[in-house]
Amino acid sequence: MATQHTALNDTPRRQLNLRRFFNDWAMPLAALLIFLLSAVFIENFLSPLNMRGLGLAISTVGIAACTMLYCLASGHFDLSVGSVVACSGVVAAVVMRDTGSVPLGVAAALGLGLCVGLVNGIVIAKLRINALIATLATMQIVRGAGYIFSNGKAVGVMQPEFFYFGNGMLLGVPVPIVITVVCFVFFGWLLNYTTFGRNTMAIGGNQEAALLAGVQVDRTKIIIFTVHGLVAALAGVVLASRMTSGQPMIGQGFELTVISACVLGGVSLAGGVGMIRHVIAGVLILAIIENAMNLKNIDTFYQYVIRGTILLLAVIIDRLKQR
Amino acid sequence: MVERSKEGESLRFEGIGKQFPGVRALSDISFAVQPGSVHALIGENGAGKSTLLKILGGAYTPSHGHLQMGERPLSFRSAADSIASGIAVIHQELHLVPEMTVAENLLLGHMPSRFGIVDKRAMANRARELLAGLAGEIAPETRLGSLSLGQRQLVEIAKAMSRNAHVIAFDEPTSSLSAREIDRLMTIIARLRDEGHIVLYVSHRMEEIFRICDAITVFKDGRHVRTFETVEGLTQDQLVTCMVGRDIEDIYNYRPRPICDEVLHVDGLLGPGLQLPVSFTLKGGEVLGFFGLVGAGRTELMRLLAGLAKRRAGEVRLEGRPLALNSPREAIDAGILLCPEDRKKEGIVPTASVAENINIAARHQHARLRCVLSNRWERENAVQRIRELNVKTPSPEQQILYLSGGNQQKAILGRWLSVPMKVLLLDEPTRGIDIGAKAEIYQIIHSLAADGIAVIVVSSDLMEVIGISDRILVMSEGALTGEVLHDEADESRLLNLALPRKRA
Repeated sequence: MATQHTALNDTPRRQLNLRRFFNDWAMPLAALLIFLLSAVFIENFLSPLNMRGLGLAISTVGIAACTMLYCLASGHFDLSVGSVVACSGVVAAVVMRDTGSVPLGVAAALGLGLCVGLVNGIVIAKLRINALIATLATMQIVRGAGYIFSNGKAVGVMQPEFFYFGNGMLLGVPVPIVITVVCFVFFGWLLNYTTFGRNTMAIGGNQEAALLAGVQVDRTKIIIFTVHGLVAALAGVVLASRMTSGQPMIGQGFELTVISACVLGGVSLAGGVGMIRHVIAGVLILAIIENAMNLKNIDTFYQYVIRGTILLLAVIIDRLKQR
Repeated sequence: MVERSKEGESLRFEGIGKQFPGVRALSDISFAVQPGSVHALIGENGAGKSTLLKILGGAYTPSHGHLQMGERPLSFRSAADSIASGIAVIHQELHLVPEMTVAENLLLGHMPSRFGIVDKRAMANRARELLAGLAGEIAPETRLGSLSLGQRQLVEIAKAMSRNAHVIAFDEPTSSLSAREIDRLMTIIARLRDEGHIVLYVSHRMEEIFRICDAITVFKDGRHVRTFETVEGLTQDQLVTCMVGRDIEDIYNYRPRPICDEVLHVDGLLGPGLQLPVSFTLKGGEVLGFFGLVGAGRTELMRLLAGLAKRRAGEVRLEGRPLALNSPREAIDAGILLCPEDRKKEGIVPTASVAENINIAARHQHARLRCVLSNRWERENAVQRIRELNVKTPSPEQQILYLSGGNQQKAILGRWLSVPMKVLLLDEPTRGIDIGAKAEIYQIIHSLAADGIAVIVVSSDLMEVIGISDRILVMSEGALTGEVLHDEADESRLLNLALPRKRA
């Protein structure tokens, strides 16, 4: 028996732990560092008003990034998320305008997201269409649908109860931030402590092996995309509520921001590697840097260059880690 | 500057050895090939023929020894060096671009051009010249992808000739050719020989070797066994005896076991990779070996049984109950479990930990509502399997990618020990694994069989399949060709059953 015990303990553990520590915590620590640097060097950064603004800026991206994590972890991604955010807001506004019912409006918006996600999932899993092409197509279809439903114009919302999602407070915290935190916690738990989460990671790590090990690959993928569509619609509802209208043109390039945030935090584009803390770190880093640049009055044009550079650095680091 | 080989010089392999991490693929290979002759290289799978051709083609550099052309030693740093010194290796997978035309393929890298603009007419003319005498019927403008495999091979030969290759090596050239295409290839090879070229010919097909070759070199386990300078008076049996050798070391530890009732009944199974219906039965506690050469259809048969491929016809019954086997999940739920041939591609999830890889198949049975994981089961099961199978890992949380092949294989076995098992399918379970881990895996196989599990072992290693199996089924070209019991099994009998027959 003695030899069998040593089998578990006889290779260097220190080195392994350092590497794992770096992979797990490098970006969360970087986010913390950037936060502290901004707090020290930028005036008004820590002011309650700015903190609230930062929290709200994180919320939409943060909600959608939670489930984008699942798409990326399974080795795919979803470009239609920005269109779903816009279209679901429009659908909520239009249904509320026509029926006067807030629950109906919200349900319709979430239903739309669910359907788009289901279609994405079936096309990708069953018809084996590349996720890039499949979601590029739905991205345009859904964007178009948003313009059609709204006649190309913002649709105002009259029901004050609806504004609770975007502007209400729960225990002194803005509701969008509460929703975002709940999403982080729930999807973080789902990834680590359920068969669904572990199967998602296995599919991204090696789809063939997962299939052979009995994972129902197609079904899992369809669920991933369906849930992602639903959650994107939730983000759309929150955004529409904050803006008190459904706007068909918002969220252009939103999908890239969400994917950037995930990858920046350390989620691998190759699949199989990712944790909720990566997503939180990525979302925070992007939001803090943007917030800091705004406070410093850096020209929008330069902001694009800086954001792009940060993303490029992040993917280069991801590449180097795989060696 | 690399000197080109000249006519009339012989090619000599001088003490060539090749060491890969943990594996010695070739050791001390020395023999000579005479100009104006066709020299066959034969041996079992993994005997070292392909490695030697890769060294000849400049893809590998030898760890020991060197090649010699006449009096000059050759050393290649790349495939380009090998080509430049007049050597052409024609591989099983042809190195041609199917989307391009025949002419473009022939002249790739040196197309006639003026100011960077390709001169299409000059290119077509040059291509026609090259093809004349080999395959005059192929038009240079044809897209390569529309040619038959045999015609593509002719294009590859023409390409070799365009570079004035003096040494031409063929790696299993006839494995995908029709009988007529083979005849034509034989004619061309005879002509190359008569023109004074050196031709190396790797094949499993005895009748081709006796038909075309002047000399034969036999390999076994990376060593040179013998070179026959003439084929006259040689028989197939003599060659087979020479190929299999006689130095079995008994790591298999075979002991007859009690064998129970029939568990698996396969009747008339047909599907991808199977040319004739396959029928066999398997009893509990039995270890059934499947021997054959690469591409005999054994892996395809395992994939059918594991629910990975769809069958076209036939029936699979487990304990008398017919199975649908539409997905791996169904096979696993029935108790049919496959350890795949390609561990890296289909076995492990490389990004995940050892524990994840062990628990993946069984965890839903221990999860609340089949969804919320039981942390205790996850931890305990992983640790138990790691101990039971002696998986060498610093911790269950170690990423499985960093384990050795043998330990990865044991982790996959641990995965299957975690679920109820009736039939275990092992496809090349010891490929690329060191001898110590091999012995452990044989031990595991025997103890599972002793517990009444029905085990199938697919192996291309003759010693192994004879050493561990109660019964051996031999496959060749997508069909079962014979059944041999443990006591009557010998290498030449199995190899004779496995070698492809003459094509109809």
